[in-house]
Amino acid sequence: MALNSPQPDDISRRKRFMWLILPAIFLFALIGLRLWTLQIIYGERYELLSQKNRTRYIPIAAPRGAIYDRDGLLLVDNRPSFTVSALRQEVVDKQLLLQNLATYLNCDWHQLDQDWNKRRYFPQYRPIPLKQDIDRAVLERLAENSVTLPGMLIEVQPMRAYPFREVAAHLFGHIGAITQEELGRETYRDYNAGDFIGKTGLEKHLESYLRGTAGEKLVEVDVKGKQLRQLQVRPALPGNSVFLTLQLDLQLRTEQAFGDHAGAAVVLDVNNGEILAMVSRPAFDPEMFARGITSKEWSALVNNPSNPLQDKSLSGQYPPGSTYKMVTALAALQSGAITPNTIIDCAGRTTIGNRDFRCWKKTGHGATNLRKALRESCDVWFYEVSLRVGVERMSTMARQLGLGRSYDLPLDNEKSGLIPDKKWKLQRYNLPWYPGETAIAAIGQGYVLATPLQLAVMTATIANGGTLYRPQILKTITTPKGKTIKTYAPEKIHDSRLNQQQLNYVKQGMEEVVNHPRGTGKSSALPYVMVAGKTGTAQVIRMKDDPIDGELIDVEEIAYRHRDHALFVAYAPAKKPQIAVAIIVEHGQHGGSAAGPIARQIFEQYFAPGKKENSSQPERPININQQNHTGANDV
Amino acid sequence: MFDRRLIGNFDWPLVLLVILTTIIGILNLYSATSSWNMLGQPVYMKQLYWLALGLTVALSLTIFNYRHLEHMAIGAYLGCIGLLAGVLIFGKTSMGATRWINIGSFNLQPSEITKIVLIIALAAYFSRHESPIGYSLTELIAPGILLIMPVVLIIKQPDLGTAMLLIFIGATMALFAGIQRWAMTALSLLATAALSGGWFLLHGYQKERIRTFLDPERDPLGTGYHIIQSKIAVGSGGFWGKGFMHGTQSQLSFLPERHTDFAFSVFAEEWGFMGSMILLSLYLGIVLWGIYIARKADSSFGMYLAIGITAMIFWHIVVNLGMVIGLLPVVGVPLPLFSYGGTSMLTTMIGIGLLLNISMRRFMF
Repeated sequence: MALNSPQPDDISRRKRFMWLILPAIFLFALIGLRLWTLQIIYGERYELLSQKNRTRYIPIAAPRGAIYDRDGLLLVDNRPSFTVSALRQEVVDKQLLLQNLATYLNCDWHQLDQDWNKRRYFPQYRPIPLKQDIDRAVLERLAENSVTLPGMLIEVQPMRAYPFREVAAHLFGHIGAITQEELGRETYRDYNAGDFIGKTGLEKHLESYLRGTAGEKLVEVDVKGKQLRQLQVRPALPGNSVFLTLQLDLQLRTEQAFGDHAGAAVVLDVNNGEILAMVSRPAFDPEMFARGITSKEWSALVNNPSNPLQDKSLSGQYPPGSTYKMVTALAALQSGAITPNTIIDCAGRTTIGNRDFRCWKKTGHGATNLRKALRESCDVWFYEVSLRVGVERMSTMARQLGLGRSYDLPLDNEKSGLIPDKKWKLQRYNLPWYPGETAIAAIGQGYVLATPLQLAVMTATIANGGTLYRPQILKTITTPKGKTIKTYAPEKIHDSRLNQQQLNYVKQGMEEVVNHPRGTGKSSALPYVMVAGKTGTAQVIRMKDDPIDGELIDVEEIAYRHRDHALFVAYAPAKKPQIAVAIIVEHGQHGGSAAGPIARQIFEQYFAPGKKENSSQPERPININQQNHTGANDV
Repeated sequence: MFDRRLIGNFDWPLVLLVILTTIIGILNLYSATSSWNMLGQPVYMKQLYWLALGLTVALSLTIFNYRHLEHMAIGAYLGCIGLLAGVLIFGKTSMGATRWINIGSFNLQPSEITKIVLIIALAAYFSRHESPIGYSLTELIAPGILLIMPVVLIIKQPDLGTAMLLIFIGATMALFAGIQRWAMTALSLLATAALSGGWFLLHGYQKERIRTFLDPERDPLGTGYHIIQSKIAVGSGGFWGKGFMHGTQSQLSFLPERHTDFAFSVFAEEWGFMGSMILLSLYLGIVLWGIYIARKADSSFGMYLAIGITAMIFWHIVVNLGMVIGLLPVVGVPLPLFSYGGTSMLTTMIGIGLLLNISMRRFMF
């Protein structure tokens, strides 16, 4: 039985073996066919899928454009900064990592956890930034211990740098991470989560110029999203360079001149309206926002009664006080209501209707003509004159000199001030205009409001003979390589409509304000250049309008908060004017004593012989734009 | 006792096919694991050692006459069943399944040995009870029990892949032995009923695998991930492949289990349709050679044994390849001689050794 010769059932055996071989070949053929389908027919499709698997486009942030002053001195730029981020797919234990990082970064790990959660919608392969701009000591400690911090990544990123910190902070504004809400807006449609945008000031209004074009790199990643090598790179194009009309040393000197005072100052070139300096005090450090402001810093800014976030130079509306008297005087001369020699006797007070109107000088100025009235700021002279002119002519003159309107500067919250007239009052209060209100308006009180910028425009317009220029802050915009994209030419809003003879009478009065022994603005006189100006004192809002309503504040604070604002407007040189300034020192009391010295320092800076060469120039920051800006490089 | 003619009859083609396939497999493992920086021996070196050990085992299995196995069949079978039961009681649990018994430092996986022992047992049964007109349903009860006992014990582990393979092997052998037509019909109906009933007995992850197989896109990052990534790897290989060590799917770790169950995907990605066809031809060569050995066997037992072993190798190949190219659900069956793993290598080499043994004695009357 053991030997079974195949002969008897050879055919049936062969059949049985065929039934083994055929299905085997069939199944192998099926596999072969499937391979053909996958590799040949759909090969390209799967090839694409495998490419998609292994490659990622990583955006490279474009360095924002730099901002320079009129002479090309650097004002705002970028510097390399180190950001601690978490690469999620490499994090082993999130809580442990955050707790350890918190120890190194000296912060609360819950804060890091919050930051993480806020950004968890980032694409998986994009690291989550946890702490920006860490300093070098922390960086070194983290780098040394990186082995024990799996998932931590230190990235080099361009960081917005404001080397002069608070200087011109309101002008520049600040940047910040784009919010979810902003991402939804049409303006920001090609932005991505995590991008930084200008939030206020020039950073915001020139966003499209400063932003630059983000680059992109194609990297090969493994299954964990770890970047292995760079396949292609399209470098980021830095944003355009913006040249301002600002003059850095003048700006610095003006900021300095304020000391601890709150207030604002604007310096204009009278012959073209260019803003040479624009200061609002107190200010803030825009870098706080660039690196991410802490809630403590934020509340300190918001709760400061001097309101550091407000740009007082164009958002602060103040009664112009006696600096408005040029308007009254010019309106009176133009209307023929007075001549330069019209004498009015000031007894320290006058009565209009049945109300008493006082001059600031209780003993009175005696016989007063136009020049004396301006020089010594006699209120009674202007009360009387205003009644002969009427509010309508005064407000027309005010507008002609550039008050009561805004100039569409690329900045936030530019206010238009208020030049009242009869129509306005009827509309606003449904009440007729009273003569007493004309008298009050004549000395820049009552309803009249102006911003320091407008007062500077007014002064410049008087100084240049009546031509109203649009104040401007932008000079040119160029590509990073220096090719000019846009030039901002001076813009005349209107030519002079003033009688030069009449204007000269007013100018003489302004010259005497500074240069006459009894002038109210003597404190700004300079030996080498003749300054012409006008002091002003603005009564501060009544008790009930106090911003800190119903809160207990200490007596000294009340006293300070109810001191008058000091104003001073001036131009120089008196005979051939070049620059005009307007200064307000909040609660500075008297224009001559508080604001005058600031004006003097500005003129000193601008006109002092040899001053520009000898002055201790501020340390110039190195332009880091030239350095490697390929974006986030792993350290 | 040992005949010199045996050496003259040594089956060189089979050994060459096996060694060639394994060497390609080891090169493939070298590529698949090149991005790993592990301590100790690299995977391909270990596989080389397993190949050496496997060949030694295969060659030593040619020394005695395979027919002695016929007499050991019942004992070995019972021992195997004992081991499988032992696994369920004392076994080591890993990844939710209990498949190993620790004997000292050696991990024994009885389900692998069961494949060989079941083949021997079924071969012994069929060769002793040959039926020229085919088996009736009652005649199939005994081999049916032989098959079902280990299958049930292995499903308990649970190891669906191995259980399924045992059924495939048993069914192949039974079909070859011949089954009467009406018995065949009855069995088909029974199998259909068992399959639909069996669905409710499946574990959650097993059902999930089958659902995923039917529609991998429903969970592309979860259970469907294996299938999708494997298909991308294979498909992106194109006609010529991406080149040795240049498969992005494997080198960048998108492909899971790429040194074990999905080793073929790595190969197909790097060598393309061309390479895959060559490898497929080598496997087909081994299978056809196995059938040829069965045809030329000097005994009925030898013939059934060779059929069983060839079926084992064949079904491993088909199930594994079917799985990595998305024709079958992911069941965790290694590709013989190609996937990394000592157990699979030894089982296959034991089978190859027995084939060699049968082949060498084909002219010994």
